[in-house]
Amino acid sequence: MFYREAGDFKTSYTDDNQTFPIKFDRYRYYVVLAIAFGVIPFLINDYWANAFLLPFLIYSIAAIGLNILTGYCGQVSLGTGGFMAVGAYACYKLMTSFPDVNIFFHVIAAGGVTAIVCTAFGLPSLRIKGFYLAVATLAAQFFLVWLFNKVSWFYNYSASGQINAPERFVFGVPVTGANTDAWATYLFCLVFLTISAIIARNLTRGMQGRKWMAIRDMDIAAEIIGVNPMRAKLSAFAVSGFFIGISGALFFAVYLGAVEVGEVFGIQKSFLVLFMIIIGGLGSIFGSFAGAAFLVLLPVVLKLIGVDFLGWPTDIVAHFNLVIVGALIIVFLIAEPHGIAQLWRVAKEKLRLWPFPH
Amino acid sequence: MKMKLPAMALSALMIASPVMADLVFPSLSYRTGPYAAGGIPFADGYADYFTMLNARDGGIGGVEARVLECETGYNTEKGVECYESTKGEGALVYQPLSTGITYQLIPKATADGIAIHSMGYGRTSAANGKVFSNVFNYPANYWNGASGAINYLMSQGDISGKKVALVYHNSAYGKEPIRTLEELSAKHGYDLTLIPVDHPGQEQKSQWLQIRREKPDYVIMYGWGVMNQVAVQEAANIRFNMENFIGIWWSGSENDVLPAGEKANGYKALTFHGVGDDFPVFDDIKEHVVDAGNAAGAGDQIGTVLYNRGLYAAMLAAEAVKTAQEIHGVADINAAQMRDGMEALEITEDKMAALGLPGFGPSFKVSCENHGGPGLVGMTQWDAAAKEWTLISDFSPSDMDLIQPLIDEDSMAYAAENKIEPSC
Amino acid sequence: MLEQLYFAMEVFLNGLMAGVLYALVALGFVLIFKASGIFNYAQGVMALFSALTLVGIMDGQVPFSHIINATFGTDIHHFGWHVPALFAIFGTVIVMVLFAWIVQRYIFRHLVGQEPIILFMATIGLAYFLEGVGDLMWGSEIKKLDVGLPQGINDTIDQVTYEMFGYGFFIDNLDIVATVVAVLLVIGLVIFAQYSKEGRAMRAVADDHQAALSVGVSLNFIWIMVWSVAGFVALVAGIMWGTKSGVQFSLSLIALKALPVLMLGGFTSIPGAIVGGLIIGVGEKLFEFFMSSSALAGELFGFTISATENWFAYVLALIFLVFRPQGLFGEKIIERV
Repeated sequence: MFYREAGDFKTSYTDDNQTFPIKFDRYRYYVVLAIAFGVIPFLINDYWANAFLLPFLIYSIAAIGLNILTGYCGQVSLGTGGFMAVGAYACYKLMTSFPDVNIFFHVIAAGGVTAIVCTAFGLPSLRIKGFYLAVATLAAQFFLVWLFNKVSWFYNYSASGQINAPERFVFGVPVTGANTDAWATYLFCLVFLTISAIIARNLTRGMQGRKWMAIRDMDIAAEIIGVNPMRAKLSAFAVSGFFIGISGALFFAVYLGAVEVGEVFGIQKSFLVLFMIIIGGLGSIFGSFAGAAFLVLLPVVLKLIGVDFLGWPTDIVAHFNLVIVGALIIVFLIAEPHGIAQLWRVAKEKLRLWPFPH
Repeated sequence: MKMKLPAMALSALMIASPVMADLVFPSLSYRTGPYAAGGIPFADGYADYFTMLNARDGGIGGVEARVLECETGYNTEKGVECYESTKGEGALVYQPLSTGITYQLIPKATADGIAIHSMGYGRTSAANGKVFSNVFNYPANYWNGASGAINYLMSQGDISGKKVALVYHNSAYGKEPIRTLEELSAKHGYDLTLIPVDHPGQEQKSQWLQIRREKPDYVIMYGWGVMNQVAVQEAANIRFNMENFIGIWWSGSENDVLPAGEKANGYKALTFHGVGDDFPVFDDIKEHVVDAGNAAGAGDQIGTVLYNRGLYAAMLAAEAVKTAQEIHGVADINAAQMRDGMEALEITEDKMAALGLPGFGPSFKVSCENHGGPGLVGMTQWDAAAKEWTLISDFSPSDMDLIQPLIDEDSMAYAAENKIEPSC
Repeated sequence: MLEQLYFAMEVFLNGLMAGVLYALVALGFVLIFKASGIFNYAQGVMALFSALTLVGIMDGQVPFSHIINATFGTDIHHFGWHVPALFAIFGTVIVMVLFAWIVQRYIFRHLVGQEPIILFMATIGLAYFLEGVGDLMWGSEIKKLDVGLPQGINDTIDQVTYEMFGYGFFIDNLDIVATVVAVLLVIGLVIFAQYSKEGRAMRAVADDHQAALSVGVSLNFIWIMVWSVAGFVALVAGIMWGTKSGVQFSLSLIALKALPVLMLGGFTSIPGAIVGGLIIGVGEKLFEFFMSSSALAGELFGFTISATENWFAYVLALIFLVFRPQGLFGEKIIERV
C-alpha cells in the first residue's frame, strides 16, 4: 500500500536509472535530507551533537567505507582503526603545513592519503583470504599505531605526542578548535556524510559495485567471467580507505580535537566499526547508517536509563552495558543474521502488501 | 536516520531536569575497563570526602556538594560524552582522570569557562597559568616527578656516571618525563637509557632482559595498568634490587605490588600526598560515611594510595570552593568563581591540620602565573610484610630552575599554535 | 662480540618460553575452530573469566556480591573459607563445562550453518557478555593468583650457564613450568584425539560434520565437549598469565597475542599452534633485541626502533602468509567453482 512500484511510471532511461527508482523511497530520502539539513541544526545542542550526532555521522562514513570493503567486496578487515589514524594524522599534518587552505580540502586530501596506504596494505589480499586476511589486516592496525606513536614527525615533535586540531574556518565559521558551535560541526560532518553516501551508493550499484560483489560471492568464478581480481580488490581497498580516511580526519579534527593514537584509534575502533556493519547489514549503505546509529545510541540510552532514571551505581550500569550489548549482538545474530538492513527490507515487503497481506 | 526521534525525546527529558542549588563536582570515573583497578579507589575517595562534608558540616559553606559520577571506562569518547552531559548541571571543576580526556577537555572547558584540575597527570605545561587560564595541575606534575626521583637518588649518593633506565608506557603519558630526564642527565652526568613498553605491557621479557644485561643502577618507571604489575614482577624475577626501583605515582599503589607478593618489598614510588589511614579525617569518614552506609563503591578501598589521592583531590576542590566563597562573598558559587578560588588557593600546614589531614600533602600556593604549585614531591616505599606504603621522605622541592623553562617553552608553543594571548 | 652472542642466545631461549605461553592461548582457538569452524574471539575473555572464577573460589568470594550489596543494602563479600588450589581448579572446570553447555545450547545451536563471519561476530558478542558477567560476579579489582607455581630466576640454569660461558642465563621458573604443562597438555590432547572414542568422534566432526552426524555421532555432545576442553585450555592459560600479572581485565587481551600464532601455524593444526607460537616468540624477542641494541637501526632511521612486539608478530605472520596462505600446517585450501 505505502510502498509500491505500481503506478510509478518511468518514461525515460534516466528516470529508470535514478538512485531511488521508487517514489516512496525517493520522498523518504528527500524528507530525511530536509530534516537533517533544515531542522536539526536549529534544535541541536552541545550535548546531542557531541554525545550522539557527531559520532553517528562520522562512524557512518567509516561504516560505509568498511562496508564497501567487507560487505560488497568480501574482504574482512580489522585495520579500520589504523586507517582512521592515517586519516587523522594526514589531516593534522596538512592542517599545520598548509594553514591557509580550507579544511574541507584537507579532509578530502586526508582521505586520498589513506586510500593509498589502505591499498598498500590491501596487496596481501591477492594471496590471503578469509580469516587469514582479517588477522593479516591487524598487522596494519598495530603497525600504523606504533608508527604514529614512534615517529615524532607525525605529531610535529610535540612533547606529549598528542595532536591538537588548530582552529579552522569554513565560510568564516569555526568548525575545529574550541569555539565551535554544535550546528556548524554537525553540518560540516553531515555534508561529508551525504557526499560519501551518494558516491558509495552510485559506485555500488554501478559496474564497479557489481565487480566487487562478483569477487565477494566467488572470486575464482568472477575471474573466469572477466573480472580482474587485482583491480577489483585493490579498488575496493582504495575506495574504502578514502572514506575511512575522511572519517578519521573528521573524528580527530571536528569531533575530538585532540588525539592520542593508541587510545583513540586502537584495535577497539576496528572492532566497533566491524560491529556496526554486521549489525547494520553487510552490503547495504542503509545498514551502515543503521548500525552506526544503533551502536552509538545504545550505550548512551542504556546509561540514561540505568544511571539517570533508575539511579544505579555507574559501574554496575557499565558492566550491565557490556552484558546487554553482548547479549543484544548475539540475539540479533540469531534472530536476523543479515542485520538491521534486512529487517528494513522485510518491513518494506510487509508495507507493500499492507493492509492485505494475502 | 529514523533513530533521531527517540534521541530528541530523550534530549527534551534531559533539558527538563531541574538545576538545584548545590555545588556540583562531576567525577569522570572509570570503574570498568582495563584500568578499573586504579579508577575505583580514586572515585571512592573523591565521593566519600564530599559525602563526609555533607554529613558532618552540611556541605561546604552551607551549600550541599553533589558528586555527579559518570563512567568513562578510561575511554576518550565516553569522556567527552560525560563532559557534555554534566556541564549543563552547573559543574564547578572537572577531574578528567585520563591524559587523553584531559587533552580533549582543555580547549572545550576553557571555552565554557569551567576549570579542570588534572592532579599529577594531563598536560604538564598547563602549569603555566598565563596560557592555560582554566587548567590547574597543582600540586605536582610529571616533570616534577622525574626531577623528584633524580633528587631523591642524589640524596642517596652521587649519581654522576651512574646508569639510570626509564621504563615507560609507550604513550603520551609515558613519554612525558623523557625531556626532563635528558636535561637532568646533562646537568648531573648520569647515563639515561630509554626502554619503552607498548600498551598493554603484559609481556615485558625483552625489556627486563635488556635491563638485566645493561645493569642500570636505578630504574625509574612511568607505567600504568597491567604494565606496573608485570614490571614489578619481572624486576623481582631478575632480582633487581627493589630499593633502586622507583615508580611514578601512577605506578605506586597497592594494586601494583600486591600481585608480586613478598618480592616487591622495598619498591619505591613517588607521591604528592600522604599514605595510610592514620589521619583524623578517616575517623570522620568512618563515622559519617561508612557507618551510615553511604560509602561509595564497595567501601573496601579506604586508606589505599589511590583512595587517598581521590580524597586529596576532593579536599583541594573543597578548599578552593571555600576560597572562592570568601573572595566573592556568595555561598552558591558558579564555575567562573570556582576558577578564581582555585587560582587563589593556598594550602598550609595549619589548614591541613584543621581539616584532619596533618602533613597529608605539601604546602603550596597557586597564583595566576603558576597553576602548578611549587612541585614538591615525596617518596614512599612498600613494605610487603605489613602490606602498606610508608612515606620515607619529606615533600621536597624539584628542580624548578630546569623545569620552568621547559614549561614555558611548551606552553608558549601551544599558545602560538592556538593563538592564545598570554594573560596575567 | 661473544657476549652479544650469549645475549642473543638468552633472548632466544626466553623467546621460546614466551612462545609456549602464546601457544597455550592459541590452542584453545584451534580446538574450537577445528571442530566447529567457529573463530572464537572470546577465548581471551574465557581465560580471564576462568582465572577470575578460580581466584574467586579459592578465596571464597561471594559471586555478584557488589550487586547484592547495592540492591539489598547488605555487606557481604566473603564466605570466609579458603579452598586449596587443586579443588578450586576442579570447581572452575565444572563452571567452564557449564559455560560450554550454555554457549552451545543458547547460542551456537541457533547459528548452525551460518557464515563464518556471523559466527565470529557472535563470539565477539559472547566476549562482551562474558566480560560484563565476570566483572559483575567477581568485581574488577586486581586479584593475586597463587596456585603454588614457582616464579623468578632459575638458579640452576643461571649457575650452569655462568660456569660454561661466564654469563648466567635468565630463565623464569614460571616459563619452565608453563613449558612442561604445555607439553603435557598437547600430549594429552593428542592421545585423547587419537585413541579415545570421543576423540575420534571429534576428529570425524572436524572432517565433515554431516558425515559424522549420519554415522551417529552426536554433534551437540561433541561441540559441548570441545568448548569444555577449550575452556580448560583457557583456564591453564589464565593460570599462567594470571600468576604473572595478577588476574585482571588485561588478561583478555592475550587473545591478541595468539592471533598471529594462529595465522602462522594455521587455524586447524594443534602442532601448528605450538610451532607458530615458538616462531613468533623467538622472532619478536630477537627482533626487539637486535633493533634496540644495534646502533645501525638508529642511524638508518634517525630514531631507534623499540617496543616492536605489538606489531612484529603480525607483520611476520603476514609476510609468511603471502607465501603460504594457509599457514604452516593448515589444510591446503582447495577452491572449486
